Amino acid sequence: MSLSHLLVFVILSLVLGRIASARWRGRFLLAASGLAMYWLQPAIPIRHLDFWLPTATLALSVLVWASTAPGVEVDEDKRCLQQRQNRITALTLGGLVLVIALLRYTQPLCCLTPTIPPAVHQVLLALALAAGIGWAARRISGRRPWLHALTLFLLAAFVVLKSEFLAQAASSGLRLLNGQPTATASALDLRWLGFSYVAFRLIHSLRDRLDGRLPELSLEEFIIYILFFPAFTAGPIDRVQRFIQDLRRPFRLGLEDALAAGRRLLIGVFNKFVLADFLAIIALNAVNATQAHATGWLWILLYAYAFRIYFDFAGYTDIAIGLGGLLGIRLPENFDHPYQKPNPTLFWNSWHMTLAQWLRGYYFNPLTRSLRMIKQGQSSLLPLPLIIFIGQVTTMLFIGLWHGLTWNFAIWGLWHGLGLFIHNRYADWSRPRLAWLDERPGLKRLSELGSVLLNFHFVTLGWVWFALPTPALAWQTLLKLFGG
Amino acid sequence: MQNVSARRVLIKALLIFLAANLLFPVFSSSPGKGAEPKASPSLYNFVFPGRQRLPYGDQPDLAYNLSLFDLDAMFASHIIAAPKAEDEYRVVLLGDSSVWGFLLEPQDTLSAYLNAAGLSLAGRQVTFYNLGYPTMSVTKDLLLLEHALAYQPDLIIWLVTLESLPRDKQLSSPIVQHNPVPVRTLIETYALDLDPADPALENPSFWQRTLVGQRRPLADFLRLQMYGVMWAATSIDQYYPPSYDSPQSDLEADDSFHGLLPPTLQASDLALDVLQAGVQMAGEVPVLFVNEPIYISQGQNSNIRYNFFYPRWAYDQYRQVLLETCQQKDWDCLDAWDLVSLGEYTNSAIHLTPAGEKLLADQISQVTFKK
Repeated sequence: MSLSHLLVFVILSLVLGRIASARWRGRFLLAASGLAMYWLQPAIPIRHLDFWLPTATLALSVLVWASTAPGVEVDEDKRCLQQRQNRITALTLGGLVLVIALLRYTQPLCCLTPTIPPAVHQVLLALALAAGIGWAARRISGRRPWLHALTLFLLAAFVVLKSEFLAQAASSGLRLLNGQPTATASALDLRWLGFSYVAFRLIHSLRDRLDGRLPELSLEEFIIYILFFPAFTAGPIDRVQRFIQDLRRPFRLGLEDALAAGRRLLIGVFNKFVLADFLAIIALNAVNATQAHATGWLWILLYAYAFRIYFDFAGYTDIAIGLGGLLGIRLPENFDHPYQKPNPTLFWNSWHMTLAQWLRGYYFNPLTRSLRMIKQGQSSLLPLPLIIFIGQVTTMLFIGLWHGLTWNFAIWGLWHGLGLFIHNRYADWSRPRLAWLDERPGLKRLSELGSVLLNFHFVTLGWVWFALPTPALAWQTLLKLFGG
Repeated sequence: MQNVSARRVLIKALLIFLAANLLFPVFSSSPGKGAEPKASPSLYNFVFPGRQRLPYGDQPDLAYNLSLFDLDAMFASHIIAAPKAEDEYRVVLLGDSSVWGFLLEPQDTLSAYLNAAGLSLAGRQVTFYNLGYPTMSVTKDLLLLEHALAYQPDLIIWLVTLESLPRDKQLSSPIVQHNPVPVRTLIETYALDLDPADPALENPSFWQRTLVGQRRPLADFLRLQMYGVMWAATSIDQYYPPSYDSPQSDLEADDSFHGLLPPTLQASDLALDVLQAGVQMAGEVPVLFVNEPIYISQGQNSNIRYNFFYPRWAYDQYRQVLLETCQQKDWDCLDAWDLVSLGEYTNSAIHLTPAGEKLLADQISQVTFKK
């Protein structure tokens, strides 16, 4: 998201927040989010793919809604009304896609997408196909095998996009289909904007439907939740149960809300476009890691990376929360001074909080629960430390691989998984032994300060794996940081 | 939060923003303001080592360097801004990209080789400072000299070549165009044969001098400070492409030079008055002019042209004009035009390899000592 995008979004949000009546708020948010998705999508060298990927996001969202929406409503009038509203939403979405496609005829003013959209007959065919699949999905809505299959499909798409080898192969295939040369195929061709976050929201909806926790949502509400433009590209990953409360709440932007949102936006803009962008100049990367000739300066580059990644991500979150505030949606916090935390557990409770909470809810807790259920007689077969180890290490491995299927991200995940486990064991061991510190407040404060510094350096050294492309370079850099 | 206080916050913020913008031109040292060199705050020579050459770079993310036009900030980032030792004999080198050291690492530039020679003069350690800057215009050199004099040089070595002397080149350098007020002052003070009303020297408007108008120079200043970290960490200050083309050897059969045709190049066609202004500006500080080495092609049409820049007739007459001017005005001059052999040029007819720079450094140090 650039500053020009942001300026347009702020103006749009101010207008929507101020003038949209309760009746039209949903429609406006739906249209704005849909248009923003196409507008933000970066250009892709595969012909028309920068149109098809946002369209696929939209189609997937409709498909998941159709698959998770409850069955027949008992009240006939209510059912008719709902069906009518959903039909209008579906037509609005189809119309939106068609209008974006028709912009190809407005050259040179064309287009909302970075390149010219495909021919209209192709778009109409795709819309018909999506409508057909949606209709079929509606017939089998709520069936567990189907919901599992959709979850697996999303995970598979995720694996393809995050794996350089598979993404490049997919790019070659798409180029072949398009009659474009395959020699220049690259994993970067599949830059599907927002998919990482969309996939989390969709899987969350599918899981909650399976567990019977998904609230009843209209198509309009569901699409706004999935594509909500302030949080589309970089989160936070809100829960639909919370999001929908704000969406259904009548809202008219007042001065107080506008100022609070404006303050948050300013903080976000400063963090992202001033601090993070300036720190990017000196942040550790694959080139300067080999060029730095002095250990001290290499530490500076690494610290710059640590703060750059924080200000960049936290800045985006502030911007999302600020824009959400203008629209009456209170997006959840994603960061809470993570570098001031004294241990890895608290760090992960305050860094990318919504992702950590998502994984805790949908992976860590179910996994550890099921491991505890493996019993031998009355007691659990696996010792508790082993269950914690498996849970923490695999959760962090998952978070690592979410950034990309590479050895470095895997090692970064393991680094944190092991850090969490070691801290967990140490905390159990030290709690009774260090109780006397409570009576020595000065010493306790000093110990806490030491813990913060230690934890900050643990996290910062972990960034070496994250920032550099190969394990060999990361290891070499780590050695260099300690004078090697 | 009360609505009333919220409105006050907005009004106050607006007023502060307006005041900051309106007052900025008054207190800023932006290029549009004045001609006098001023000390600029800088982290160089304090937190980071000073740069060995002036900031210049088209690819900042790769070069860890950038082109900016704030001369005060540029000089403050240079090692010359560090305090001068009592036993130091300070020599500044002026010139174009060949002096700056295009494609050369800092230890391979002309000034580096001169420093490596470990010269001393009357018990004082001779230290050479690279104040070359990659564009060809002696007016640009004069502008830099004006700033350099604030750093107490004991000798000025000014490398020139014909391409930096035509009248039409004088105001074409971006750094000249972005410093219109000091350049105009130079033109008026030294009665240079240049047009102070030239459109290239357009004064920044009031709005361009406000805080908002000056956001790019301010950002450049901050980026220069940030790149200090990279300079300190890597000692890299330019991007070295993995390969480049050698100077053009086969030349076109074109004997024109900046619109001039044979047979005669007049002294008045060249900005020798700018060199004279430099000598006058330097006052007691001696100036040595060096006609820098050029690539002498042996390819197609090399009977017409020496290289991409110069037809033979123009360059030969330029050397004659320079020699006569040096004799008439009693300037110290060194003609090194054919000092460096063909193989010691990198990507242009004036850019030397490390070996070429070393050869030139040896020649200059001999002349410096002789004088």
